[in-house]
Amino acid sequence: MPQSEAKSLWDALYRASALNGCYLWGADAAVNLMNLRSCSSLEAPLERLRGRSVLIATRDQLCAALALIELDGVARRLVLCTPDLSSEYIAFVAAAAEVDTLVCDQSELKIGLSGPESFVRCGARLARTHSERSACVRTEWILLTSGTTGPPKMVAHTLASLTGAIRQGNRPAKQVVWSTFYDIRRYGGLQILLRALLDGRSMVLSGAGESTQDFLTRAALHGVTHISGTPSHWRRALMTPAARKIAPRYVRLSGEVADQAILDRLRGFYENARIVHAFATTEAGLAFEVDDGLAGFPASLIGDSGGDVEIRIEDGSLHIRSGRNAARYLGTSQSIADENGFIHTHDTVERVGDRYYFTGRRDGVINVGGLKVHPEEVECVINSHPSVRMSLVKSRKNPITGAVVVADVVAMSAPSSIKEANSLKQEILDACHRELASHKVPVTIRFVPTLDFAPSGKLARVSE
Amino acid sequence: MENRESVQTSVRSIVLSQFRAVAEEQNKKLPPLSDDLALLESGLDSLCLAIIVARLEDELGVDPFSADEDTDLPVTLNDFIRLYENAAK
Repeated sequence: MPQSEAKSLWDALYRASALNGCYLWGADAAVNLMNLRSCSSLEAPLERLRGRSVLIATRDQLCAALALIELDGVARRLVLCTPDLSSEYIAFVAAAAEVDTLVCDQSELKIGLSGPESFVRCGARLARTHSERSACVRTEWILLTSGTTGPPKMVAHTLASLTGAIRQGNRPAKQVVWSTFYDIRRYGGLQILLRALLDGRSMVLSGAGESTQDFLTRAALHGVTHISGTPSHWRRALMTPAARKIAPRYVRLSGEVADQAILDRLRGFYENARIVHAFATTEAGLAFEVDDGLAGFPASLIGDSGGDVEIRIEDGSLHIRSGRNAARYLGTSQSIADENGFIHTHDTVERVGDRYYFTGRRDGVINVGGLKVHPEEVECVINSHPSVRMSLVKSRKNPITGAVVVADVVAMSAPSSIKEANSLKQEILDACHRELASHKVPVTIRFVPTLDFAPSGKLARVSE
Repeated sequence: MENRESVQTSVRSIVLSQFRAVAEEQNKKLPPLSDDLALLESGLDSLCLAIIVARLEDELGVDPFSADEDTDLPVTLNDFIRLYENAAK
């Protein structure tokens, strides 16, 4: 752990003299981190936030990044609210994480806190402060990831577990500017922010609602050299004219399976870039990186390879143990790791020769462009239609988003005509559109006479 | 020659009608569908394009994206239509 002696993110930045010339560029504003020495993004004295459990729920990523830099080591707990979280779940998360202070950049957010003391506005326009930014606690960082049904899971990390894969020091003289298509409130994006900060580099953050074309144009303007995203982010980028404007030296993929097609396309498109695909989960942290340009990963990574990460395959799926593992789930008694400290990722693999390839998920979770879909959640909505007996929601491969959601439905009585089938289909889809985020709505619905059951009595879940 | 032209006409109209259907379904407003329209500036996000590609695979029986991994990904609407026209030949 590089900054094990540092008490906080701010301490680590300051210690590494990493602030000089280090900028965070948001879609609407930019901040020279040097200015944080005497100024603050928070419209309240830091003392008011000391020892608090803070929900960071900003619209703007730059505001969230500044709040994280300022509050690590000060707040007892920092909960990173993802941008798509509904207000109902924000309230749930706030209660479960015993949030007593809300940091936000807009005023309309209501989470049931009372008193002006519990709201702190945060903005990219820094104001002079005399607050002492000294660390006093090891802050718990709470990342949100989607649960089987309903509210998100709350995954507890520390700065140490989040930065376990980041090596500080020996800065090459060459200019490095980081960027990511990810939102920095998600594990993949947060990794890039922390990498950039601890290495004293500038970073371009994406904006809420900003088009890929505009984002890439801005990234090019700031001379981005290192950039990360999911394979779906990259497919979208390569379909955008501005993809030709950037000339990265390092291209990183994570969050979804990187297939050979996208790796080859990126190699062809960015000839001078090192193309790296990484495997990480919010719970297990970064497990490994592959840079040989091939899909899958070398079998030599499995077992105790002497590094700081141990990877096992049990029951055909990956189990990870490392210092980058999250400590626990918040608000549930469910333990995050098994008795030996391994975290079950549910990602299944298959060995071909001396390489492993990802084949899907043990729990049927579908990854639509980096967003998780639990089939049970969609089945629950479909099954609530009075004319539906049961349904099976599964993954279908897709060249744009990696996968899309499709459904097999057993009707109470088989539709007697195409017209009847179409109208039932439409009713089911309408219900899905009402109840579910759009990436969870089935792309196609097929009526089937029956569904297969596994010996366990559960629906047999096989991806197409 | 005539035959080829009619295949191209019908592929084009099938692709365009999927664009319109998915845009309506997803409550997206489409600008006029001109050939040089940049796909991701069309008001459709990548989920919409993913749905269009899945539906076109059902309708035309081809997935030109996986058929030839050496081809560049389409940037404009015309690139996209030509990908399907070539695959349907």
